[in-house]
Amino acid sequence: MTVPVSWYLLLAAALFAIGVFGALTRRSGIAIFLSIELMLNAANLVLAAYARLLGERSGQMVVFFALAVAAAEAAVGLALFIAVFRLRKTIDIDRINLMRW
Amino acid sequence: MEGGFLNLLAGDSITRLVFFPTVAALPLVFLRRASVRTIKLYGLAAALVEVALMVLWAGQHWDAAGILARDPVLEWISLPGLSIVYEVGIDGISLPLVLLTGLLLPLVLLGSWRGIERWWPGFVASMLVLTTGILGALVALDLFLFYVFWEVMLIPMYFVIGIWGGERRVRAAVKFFLFTMAGSLVMLLGILWLGWTYSRLAGVWSFRYEDLLRLELPIGEQLWLFAAFALAFGVKVPMFPVHTWLPDAHVEAPTGGSVVLAGILLKLGTYGFLRFALPLFPHGARQLGPWLVALALVGIIYGALVAWVQPDLKKLVAYSSIAHLGFVMLGILAVDLVAWQGALIQMVNHGLSTGALFLLVGMLYDRRHTKKFEDFGGLAKVVPWFSFFLVFSALASVGLPALNGFVGEFLILLGTWSVGMRAATAVAAFGVILAAVYLLHMVQATLFGPITHEENRNLRDLDGREVAALLPLCVLMLWIGVAPRAFLEPSRPALESVLAGYQARLEQPAPERAELGRADFRTASRAFAAAAREAELPR
Amino acid sequence: MSALDLFWLVPALPLAGAAINGLLLRNSQKPLVTAVGVGLPGLSLLVALAALVEWSASVRPAAYEQVLWAWTAGPAAFDVGFRLDALSAVMLFVVTFVGFWIHVYSVGYMGHDAGYRRYFAYLNLFMGAMLLLILGNNYLVLFVGWEGVGLCSYLLIGYYFEEAFPPYAGKKAFIVNRIGDFGFLLGLFAIWSTWGTLHFGQLGEKILADPAVAHRPFALGLSTAAFIALFLFVGATGKSAQIPLFVWLPDAMAGPTPVSALIHAATMVTAGVYMVVRTNVIYQLAPEISTVVAVVGAATAIFAATIGIAQNDIKKVLAYSTVSQLGYMFLAAGVGAYKAAIFHLGTHAFFKACLFLGSGSVIHAMGGEQDIRKMGGLRKHLPATYATFAISTLAIAGIPGLAGFFSKDEILGATFLAHVPAARLLWGVGLLTAALTACYMSRLVFLTFFGDFRGSHEQEHHLHESPRVMTLPLWVLAVGAIVSGWIGIPSGMWEAFGAHDRDWLGHFLAPVVAVIPGHEAGEHHASQALELALIGASIAAAVVGIYLAARLWLRRGLEADASFAARAPRLQKLLEEKYRVDELYDRIVVRPIAKLARICWKVIDELVIDGGLNVAAFLTEITGDLGRFTTTGNVRNYALYFFAGVMLLLWWMVL
Repeated sequence: MTVPVSWYLLLAAALFAIGVFGALTRRSGIAIFLSIELMLNAANLVLAAYARLLGERSGQMVVFFALAVAAAEAAVGLALFIAVFRLRKTIDIDRINLMRW
Repeated sequence: MEGGFLNLLAGDSITRLVFFPTVAALPLVFLRRASVRTIKLYGLAAALVEVALMVLWAGQHWDAAGILARDPVLEWISLPGLSIVYEVGIDGISLPLVLLTGLLLPLVLLGSWRGIERWWPGFVASMLVLTTGILGALVALDLFLFYVFWEVMLIPMYFVIGIWGGERRVRAAVKFFLFTMAGSLVMLLGILWLGWTYSRLAGVWSFRYEDLLRLELPIGEQLWLFAAFALAFGVKVPMFPVHTWLPDAHVEAPTGGSVVLAGILLKLGTYGFLRFALPLFPHGARQLGPWLVALALVGIIYGALVAWVQPDLKKLVAYSSIAHLGFVMLGILAVDLVAWQGALIQMVNHGLSTGALFLLVGMLYDRRHTKKFEDFGGLAKVVPWFSFFLVFSALASVGLPALNGFVGEFLILLGTWSVGMRAATAVAAFGVILAAVYLLHMVQATLFGPITHEENRNLRDLDGREVAALLPLCVLMLWIGVAPRAFLEPSRPALESVLAGYQARLEQPAPERAELGRADFRTASRAFAAAAREAELPR
Repeated sequence: MSALDLFWLVPALPLAGAAINGLLLRNSQKPLVTAVGVGLPGLSLLVALAALVEWSASVRPAAYEQVLWAWTAGPAAFDVGFRLDALSAVMLFVVTFVGFWIHVYSVGYMGHDAGYRRYFAYLNLFMGAMLLLILGNNYLVLFVGWEGVGLCSYLLIGYYFEEAFPPYAGKKAFIVNRIGDFGFLLGLFAIWSTWGTLHFGQLGEKILADPAVAHRPFALGLSTAAFIALFLFVGATGKSAQIPLFVWLPDAMAGPTPVSALIHAATMVTAGVYMVVRTNVIYQLAPEISTVVAVVGAATAIFAATIGIAQNDIKKVLAYSTVSQLGYMFLAAGVGAYKAAIFHLGTHAFFKACLFLGSGSVIHAMGGEQDIRKMGGLRKHLPATYATFAISTLAIAGIPGLAGFFSKDEILGATFLAHVPAARLLWGVGLLTAALTACYMSRLVFLTFFGDFRGSHEQEHHLHESPRVMTLPLWVLAVGAIVSGWIGIPSGMWEAFGAHDRDWLGHFLAPVVAVIPGHEAGEHHASQALELALIGASIAAAVVGIYLAARLWLRRGLEADASFAARAPRLQKLLEEKYRVDELYDRIVVRPIAKLARICWKVIDELVIDGGLNVAAFLTEITGDLGRFTTTGNVRNYALYFFAGVMLLLWWMVL
């Protein structure tokens, strides 16, 4: 009795939508990163589901890569935000418009 | 490829002539702490060595029949389906201009001796690299290579104007650069189109001059390609109405920059017409020719008129260049051997006489730091030798018979008249009157009349260095005027063959679709073909 | 080594003198400068005479040609060469002989001038160029000399360059000449494009081989010959100061007086006449244009004469007189009397040079004064000057026995009998001009040499006869003014007196005039009575002119001028201001062109072209400025752009 793959897809879609919404509307930089992680994980979920369905191991390999990349990107991004915080004392992205004209 | 290029550089080749100045400029990096005098002498020595190399090369390699002399072809950029070669050669059309370039380089340095006040190493280096760029453009036989050298010329010139120029130098330099680049970019499109068309027909990309000459294009393509090339070269000549960069560039440039600019750089535009625009697109040239003739005539009259009312001495000479090169363009567009002979010799003549005039203006500026007529007057009494050279050069510019200017003008007008362009000849001959008007006005306002400014009473006459800079030019002006045959004859075979090829192509109408003609039939320059056969090059 | 082999030395020696004096010697080496400056033209004269003798004894009447080198080769091949034939022989003698004596005179006249060396350099350069002009064997060498003399004219008129006016006058001369040269060049091109050669001999042969070619229509509704004749004549009007390009000659008097004598009386201005006679084959084939030449010549003659009578500067009178006499020469050439034109050219060279040098002597004595209203009674103080001046005046007036009588009468006679429309009218104009000539020249003599001295006391003390180096040339030229007529006494005159035709000059020059089959110019042959009547009319005109002048100015002096001015003030003013031609030219030519030039510069160049470019640059700049607004630095904006882009991409990929 397996779970139909459509359930995984729906879950992933929902996660992705929540992630997009969060990335576009949240003010805090950390929150945006959280949302981005959500989106990445949604994609990972789809990959894993289809890997299982089709019996392909390569899908699971890609999930590993994606996880590694997500971790690295989160590390870099958090480092950037720490540097910006030291300068601007805030991580409210509306207030960090250093690259203005 | 590296080995091939360095071999050429070391050997007795055209490549050595082209690149020697740049190679000579490299040690300047290490001579940064040397005295200014050392740098000046070093530059002069390098220039004189270049002249010597040229004379030696010409003496040994020049074939009296005026056939092309060339270096072995080297592969440059070679990808599957694309081959851009390094191919250089000199024939009777480029030789006079190459020699003129060599001649003017030491004279430029002599003339700038006192005028350049800072960073001499940079100036010498700029001049040397500029010489390489000019020579490269004159000898390139691959259109891509030609374009590279064409653009290479711009950068040192930009620096010369922008660093060592007058008050508004940066603006003038930028204007010069943008004008020329705008035209050149359109030409680049044309070159790419030619390469692509060739690749469509022959299967492999090539930008070689001889290969592209085989292309027979439909009239529509010829028209826009010719227009593209004409725009690029027309900006350089300069032709009306894209001429306004020249007066600004000349006024702001230092003496040496002006001499090179007027003496040689402008000729590259006319050379480009003769070498590329006309032979590659004969039908387009024939159709658009009358428009260019009109512009050339406008240039002759307009340039002369505006020169007459200038309050600035250098601007007057700048506008006179527009007028003189209008004559050259007229001669080229007449497509007649006599007119072409006149046009080619006039290119050299203009370099000599206008070069001398700019040197003289520079000498005056060195003393008085002004170029305005109102600051002069009555100088003939104070500086007789200066006056002699000024009047002499002005008369050569006016086209007085027995001096060089007359030879060119006469042959151009004679040729233009004999192909039936009588009204154009009459208009151009009218320009001869105007030339006397503005040049004699220049002489009078500077030299004659009572002395109006006390500072002028104590001016120093020319010293040995300045006379040394002017004397070769004046000797040539007289020699070419009195016995021009020796200067005209070497170029005649090359001109004849280009003309014959051009006229042969016109016998057939332009095809409906692009075609590739046979290799040695109806190439625009049989001389090239003959020399290629001799050198057993791949065709 | 025969003299003919050394023929090239004739122009080369003066040119060498110019180079030596101009570039090598210094102002302090005055004796050397004189030796070079006078000696080399003298040597040139000797070589010329030797060459003439040798030629005359050997190949005459065939032409002797000496080609020096090839100027160009190929389709437009021209040589540098010289030609000695009857025409160039006559010109050669006139130029070298008169030129030499003017050089001698200059030693005295310019002796105290600081620019002595420069003067002789320019004068030698002129001699060289003039000799190139007359000795060249093709139109190209002629043109080199043509422009060369124009250059020297510019340099010598502007000799006193520290003042403002002489350089201006020199510039004017050069530019007006250039306007003429414009026409000349077009004529040359037409010759070359039709017959393929500019060589006199070859051209003559080709034209005579097929005269019909010359009649083919060419341009502007003219036949080939007419086009060439007209445009070459335009060049001649510039060089020889005819209407409408004469305006440079009176101002040219700003140069030193010997220059005026040499260049603007004896030689350079006659170049146009020489050129027309040299080209007579084409002029004969274009009768309409020949008539134009004659009409312009006659009109100029009388026009200049009317101005001359109202001038008060001694040199200006002579200048307008030159213009007028040149008009006679063109009148002769126009009616086909080529020998008469050259004859008058030669006699005129002698008496006009003598007159100018004499005026120089007067000016020298007067300490620089040139206004005849301040002179008077000078014949007591300057006897030699007076004598030679008077002889030359009688010559120019046309008193029988002297040179001018013979040449002028021949011209008038030929005009009367010519086959041109309005021949009688032209004759009448010529006769009237002769009377006027006699009148104003006599006026000049009477006001200058007779009566009471009207100048200041210092000037009176200063009056002295010129030194021998100046009076000797005067005498030589005066003798020439008498004798030079005798060699060319026209055939008509011989016939009129029933004597054997001894027109030596006419026979000498006959080979130069082309004989075109089917075009034989038939002059009416006049009866003896008609000839005598014409001679009588010429003499009468001269006598009337002198008599009138005597009654007015010998008797009443300056008062005659004053009363005329009172009675016809506007006419007086018009004549004195030379019909305001210069002002007219300034208004309709010079100023409009200057205005056009300024418009081209300020409006087209600066406003339109540069302005257009500046607008384009400005547009680029504001586009950049507008574009700046997208870089807000706000991350959420960038996220939005990102998102929008992804949507577009997806949409494009799906659709």
